Amino acid sequence: MTDSLLGPLLELQGLRKAFGALKASDDIDLTVLPGEIHALIGPNGAGKSTLIAEIAGGLTPDAGQVRLFGQDVTGWSVAARARLGLGRTFQVSSLVMEFSVLRNVMLAVQARSSGAFGFWAPVRRDARLRTEALGVLDRVGLTRRAGDPVSALSHGERRLLEVAMALALRPKLLLLDEPMAGLGPAGTRELTAFLAGLKTETGMLLVEHDMDAVFALADRISVMVYGRIIASGSVAEIRASAEVREAYLGDLHEAPSC
Amino acid sequence: MAERMREPLVNAVLVLALLIAPLTAVALDEPFYVGLASRVAILALAGVGLNLALGSGGMVSFGHAAFFGLGGYVAGIAALHAFEGSAFLAWPLEIGGSESMIVVWVVTLAVSAVVALAIGAVSLRTAGVYFIMITLAFAQMIYYFAISLPTYGGEDGLSIYLRSSLPFVDTGDPLSFFLVCYALLLSALFLTHRLVNSRFGAALQCARMNPERLATLGIAPFPVKLTAFTLSAMITGLAGALFAELNGFVSPAMLSWQRSGEIIVFVILGGVGRLFGPVAGAALFILLESFIGGWTDRWQLVLGLVLLSVVLFARGGVIGLLAGRARHD
Amino acid sequence: MSLAFLIEQLLNGVQLGVMLFLMAAGLTLVFGVMGLINLAHGSLYMVGAFFCAWIAGQTGSFWLGLGGGFLAAAATGALVEIVVIRRLYDRDHLDQVLATFALILIFSELARWVFGDRPLYLDVPAVLSGAVPLPGGGGYPAYRLAIIAVGLTTAVGLYLLIAKTRLGMQIRAGESDREMIGALGVDIRRLYTAVFALGAALAGLAGGMVGALQSVQVGMGEPVLILAFVVIIIGGIGSVKGALVGAVLVGVTDTLGRVFLPQLFGLLLPPSEATSVGSSLAAMAIYLLMAAVLTWRPKGLFPVDG
Repeated sequence: MTDSLLGPLLELQGLRKAFGALKASDDIDLTVLPGEIHALIGPNGAGKSTLIAEIAGGLTPDAGQVRLFGQDVTGWSVAARARLGLGRTFQVSSLVMEFSVLRNVMLAVQARSSGAFGFWAPVRRDARLRTEALGVLDRVGLTRRAGDPVSALSHGERRLLEVAMALALRPKLLLLDEPMAGLGPAGTRELTAFLAGLKTETGMLLVEHDMDAVFALADRISVMVYGRIIASGSVAEIRASAEVREAYLGDLHEAPSC
Repeated sequence: MAERMREPLVNAVLVLALLIAPLTAVALDEPFYVGLASRVAILALAGVGLNLALGSGGMVSFGHAAFFGLGGYVAGIAALHAFEGSAFLAWPLEIGGSESMIVVWVVTLAVSAVVALAIGAVSLRTAGVYFIMITLAFAQMIYYFAISLPTYGGEDGLSIYLRSSLPFVDTGDPLSFFLVCYALLLSALFLTHRLVNSRFGAALQCARMNPERLATLGIAPFPVKLTAFTLSAMITGLAGALFAELNGFVSPAMLSWQRSGEIIVFVILGGVGRLFGPVAGAALFILLESFIGGWTDRWQLVLGLVLLSVVLFARGGVIGLLAGRARHD
Repeated sequence: MSLAFLIEQLLNGVQLGVMLFLMAAGLTLVFGVMGLINLAHGSLYMVGAFFCAWIAGQTGSFWLGLGGGFLAAAATGALVEIVVIRRLYDRDHLDQVLATFALILIFSELARWVFGDRPLYLDVPAVLSGAVPLPGGGGYPAYRLAIIAVGLTTAVGLYLLIAKTRLGMQIRAGESDREMIGALGVDIRRLYTAVFALGAALAGLAGGMVGALQSVQVGMGEPVLILAFVVIIIGGIGSVKGALVGAVLVGVTDTLGRVFLPQLFGLLLPPSEATSVGSSLAAMAIYLLMAAVLTWRPKGLFPVDG
């Protein structure tokens, strides 16, 4: 346990993944330290989604190591990494559409506390799951939506539910894959403030296109282009870096479409 | 709240009707209909089994006849060895036949579970259309295996001369045997109801709708699905054992792909994922079969047309028509 | 055991494989292009066999029969696609399974109605009734060799069709991107009908040719259908090349298993048990092959989508 307190939460060493001739991860080294928000930015097609999948366990890297909380988890399944303390949100909301908002979160609470194996007691009337799930919904401000089906939620509410489900796992590290996408200015401000408040609970790897949110939240920023991390440093360093401006920030100002 | 109460009402009427029909038949001295009711109860039980995999777990098994037939063969083989006084296995330990229905049931459940674990372990590595074809292929494998077993009748099957017995119940009496089947059907319905609403059921439904999400929460979908598939197979296997005892006969036809198709049809006719769907489906199927079958030789043609219309135009099945759209919460 | 016997059995295996390929090619094309699982493919095989046997019986000409069976299956396929199948492309696999299961029931009963309950028989055409000498002595039926030739020619023809023609280009486009092909201005409905009819015609051809080897009767299609499923699972659903490799693999495994497994067990067990154990195992051989392939490659030998 001491390891996980002192060392990095996440450590990527020499990660490589190629799809044919395309190098999606080209010798990636990256760490997320306890209490830190590490932002990963880069243009579309830079390989961020591939990297997220390699960290979460959906993709196996061709070479290199993924270490979570001091353990080598390179060959582990998605579920095993989640049980170890890795929470994530998806770029495109991935919720159980036919369940209510509350049942989605209850499922997450259940997953953390007992997994799948309880065959008899009705889960819907499980007071402990309910209370804890309602508590999480309260934190993200979705309490009044608890009984509604997910399909009735707005886009922004679904993003919040994504975060709630990840939080219900009480993760030690959160992977946030473009949480601000499609939220609008007000929603982005709210979520930014909320995530800032989470820093004491969990480290975060934040993939995000919204630069205001990134600059407001991040302790460190890594810039990814064509499968490589071309720069890594504090907010001030990244803002100042000529290379980054040229490779990425400049692009962004000319073509803000992404 | 009338809308919310309609499905339970339909269910209650269904279950009561299935009980009252054979009681009435006995009163009117029409034993044929008692047998028909037993058939409905047994096939509904097979459907309840499949519904757990198909409706709740989204696993479209086109091979559940494998378990249905295995149950049948357990009953047949136990009866054969008990009748002959011979041994099923002489070495390393001697296992003979049995006249006890409880033994038949326990062995059926065990055999179905083991085979389902093996079939499921391979089939669940895949999904979608592969899963459908692979379950079909494995059922066919067991079908050909049964045909190639001359000891147990090969293509001709086995007769069960004496129905196995239960303590305190005369299983030879048609009504008593019906009540046994009916009690098992109700137990299976209650069991699956608890299961689907339990923590396991929540995980299983998530595995059906969004397996990636389930994994992200730390629950691997594979063992959840495999468990559900196995439980489902055990219930369908039990139905098979009862079916063979009802008919006094088991043959490879119980293992055939047509039988697998029929079990799916019970589930779909009734309404997928509805707890009592298979009861409605099996009842409708048997009623159509006996009445249309008595009126024309072309029953299969009628069934085909009915089924095609249900799939193309009435996707909620019978309970959907009677009780409105399924509720989600 | 002589060399001639071994060659004969190998040829039997290849012949079965080639038949299975004709079935599997249609199944795998229909799945690859339209995303449809078609259980009624065996019924189209049966339609081909019945029309072939019936026309041959009426006219006395096997060749007219074979052509008739081929065309009847193609026409039936086109009709079924227009009336039923095209409503199923957007449905889930469960609906597709049920609807095509219903079609099997309908076709079987209709065939019974039209052609009667008694099986039909078809004679091997006179030209091919002889035997071709094998190296090492003995002979092999010319008709079975002709089936192998037809099957291999079809495989080459299909390859050329898909690789070189306009229709083939549309099929390949349809496999990779259904929306794009609509944007290209291809009449997608006609393309789907054409692909389905092509698959049906190949099944009908297989049925017609097999009609001279076994009796033509209701229910003949489904055992072959299930073997064809095993073939495309092994080969990779959607891959025509996979269907060819899988078909020959299944055909040879099944045939050799039935011949040699009982003999193999004869070395270990008393004769009666050896025959029983050997033939049980032979009946299961291809399914064990399928399980082994799947454990190794869950998407088959030639997976289409990565």
